[in-house]
Amino acid sequence: MQKTQQIKYNRAGQKVVSPEYLLFEAPRQKQFMTGSEVVKEAVKRASVDASVSYPITPQSEAAHLIGELWAEGYVGVYFRGESEFSVMSQLAGCSMAGGRAITTTSGPGTLRAMENFPMWAGSRLPLQLVLMARGVNSPLTIQPDNLEVSFLLDTGCMIWHAETAQELFDMILAGFVVAEQPDVHVPLITVIDGFFISHTREAVMLPPDDIALPPYNPYISPIPPIDMEMPPGRFLRDPFVMKSNYTSYATHASWQFEVRAAIERSRPYIRKYLKGLVEEFGDPEGEILFIASGTAAAQAKEATQMLIHDEGIKARVLRLKTVRPFPAKEIEEAVKGVKYVFIPEFNVVGWLEREVRNVLYGKTNVPIIGSPKVAGGMTMPPEIIVEEVLRILGKEVKHVP
Amino acid sequence: MSLKIFKINEALKEFVPSEIVDLEEKATWGNPKRGIWDLPYAKELVEEHSLCAGCPESLAFRYILASLPNPEDTIIINSTGCTSLVFPHIALHTVHSLFGNQNAIASGIKRTLEWRFPDKVKDVVVLAGDGATVDIGLECTLHSFFRQERITTICFDNEVYANTGGQESGLTVKGQIFKMAPKGKQWDKVPMWQLAIDSGCHYVARLTVSSPKRVEKVIKQAIYVAREVGPTYVHLYTPCILEIGLNSDDALEEMRGRDKERFKFFEYISEKAKEVIERKKQEGLI
Repeated sequence: MQKTQQIKYNRAGQKVVSPEYLLFEAPRQKQFMTGSEVVKEAVKRASVDASVSYPITPQSEAAHLIGELWAEGYVGVYFRGESEFSVMSQLAGCSMAGGRAITTTSGPGTLRAMENFPMWAGSRLPLQLVLMARGVNSPLTIQPDNLEVSFLLDTGCMIWHAETAQELFDMILAGFVVAEQPDVHVPLITVIDGFFISHTREAVMLPPDDIALPPYNPYISPIPPIDMEMPPGRFLRDPFVMKSNYTSYATHASWQFEVRAAIERSRPYIRKYLKGLVEEFGDPEGEILFIASGTAAAQAKEATQMLIHDEGIKARVLRLKTVRPFPAKEIEEAVKGVKYVFIPEFNVVGWLEREVRNVLYGKTNVPIIGSPKVAGGMTMPPEIIVEEVLRILGKEVKHVP
Repeated sequence: MSLKIFKINEALKEFVPSEIVDLEEKATWGNPKRGIWDLPYAKELVEEHSLCAGCPESLAFRYILASLPNPEDTIIINSTGCTSLVFPHIALHTVHSLFGNQNAIASGIKRTLEWRFPDKVKDVVVLAGDGATVDIGLECTLHSFFRQERITTICFDNEVYANTGGQESGLTVKGQIFKMAPKGKQWDKVPMWQLAIDSGCHYVARLTVSSPKRVEKVIKQAIYVAREVGPTYVHLYTPCILEIGLNSDDALEEMRGRDKERFKFFEYISEKAKEVIERKKQEGLI
């Protein structure tokens, strides 16, 4: 019998294609776009059911553009909430009701919304938050800084960190695919460094916009969607965490571990759809190793080129694409044979340094240097990274006047 | 939900707990005329509850669940507090997420269900205490009214934070001594029913749960109006007998006393809501 190929369309009239085709095979055309515009292009191809928005710099434009997609019929539900706390709850409602949902926020908005993120994870909602990091008000800042990521590390959400607008585009699409796997099914926070990526233009390669991801199927979720389309048996004989009930306590406790285990189970999918949890750059023999993510990694790559070509120092970069799950094995492997590890960061606390030290504790004697660190809107020219390396190596500093 | 979905596999039936079998065989699904008169004869949607003996909230739960016109397509959102102890015992899809975000969750659920099921009626009902509705959740509550979300919000007002041990709330009356108000509450009870009217609710009612028939009528009106017009708000007095020092069998008398004063029956119906209620009465559904 001859097989007939059935072409499916989503509710926006786009042809539904496989994630593999959309991400890796579809022909792509070059565009010149900001990170905010790239969010729109990704959402447009993601068969998104719902988005809720709230203004805060620097993510506002991305949120406006998702609204335009709603007006054009590409997104099912869209409105402005009254605060980030409410927005993240409203978005949770959209996801509980079986919709694919995405929103954006920045800096202080992240902290206003904070109580929601562990609830998202505990409710196993495969939501996506695009975080355009700007730091938190300590005091008021709207400058580039990614301090808020530090607060998100233990919420039970996956955290990915894009380096470029191109990567943000691909991560948003891959993000839904990975987060919605039945054995993963946890939220994803896709981070970019605000302004550096959101407000600058770069060349990005985009597939056509008449194709899109398959719509979300809530009925393969590990938690039934709240839509009364499945039998409403009483879910529990006793409430969770209530009143001297050891079964409830045990269930709740094991659930906390299960959420973290679900993040770990995302690794094979990330290897498939992001081509790995890390990217390696520079001289494979490099004895100076930068471990970095996002824009700090981009600057470390520049510094690596300068060290190799101008100073004759073998250097390389291990760029983390994901922070949760944390690529501990990849880091352990990368530090073998290295003389120094440098961790450049755009925040005052050095959250990545802490994470790296934590996984390397007792496993290596390589000195780990948590610098340069810039915060509160400072930029990180590659020259200051080079200067830091030369200073530690006891070499003459020529680059910086 | 199709009523055909809720069928227990015959081969497994002997292993299924009897209260689940009862839900298939004796509960009132698919009948919009269901009501409090079914209570003695039909399987209730709430099993045993975990509230104090004689707690009026348990009465309110029974009356409300018996009065839902469309339980097979009704979702209930709750919040933290005494009420949240009961939800796992309810045979509907319910959500507890955070303390005070219930109207935000409900907004997302209602809008997404309208998008996913454009040809079906899905009623979304919020059911939370006074702390959740009026104190910590006031922003979410009022903004869902401003946005004209088509949801019904029911507040169980026991005038105190009961589940945490009896602290003053925004709905405690002035002068009442509670924990965190050792000299008596210094300001007035928040007139939430009035705020609901001013914020755009189309149907608002304030009452005690002393009269089951009245609760049924109010709940049905609130849900029908929310379905077609916009937000509705029901304010129920469900006193915490424990915190005001009454016995288990005193609750009804307490509510009957308040029926004559600060919880005297009050109802607001907008013009659009009147039209819906009249039509539903003619159809014999109220």
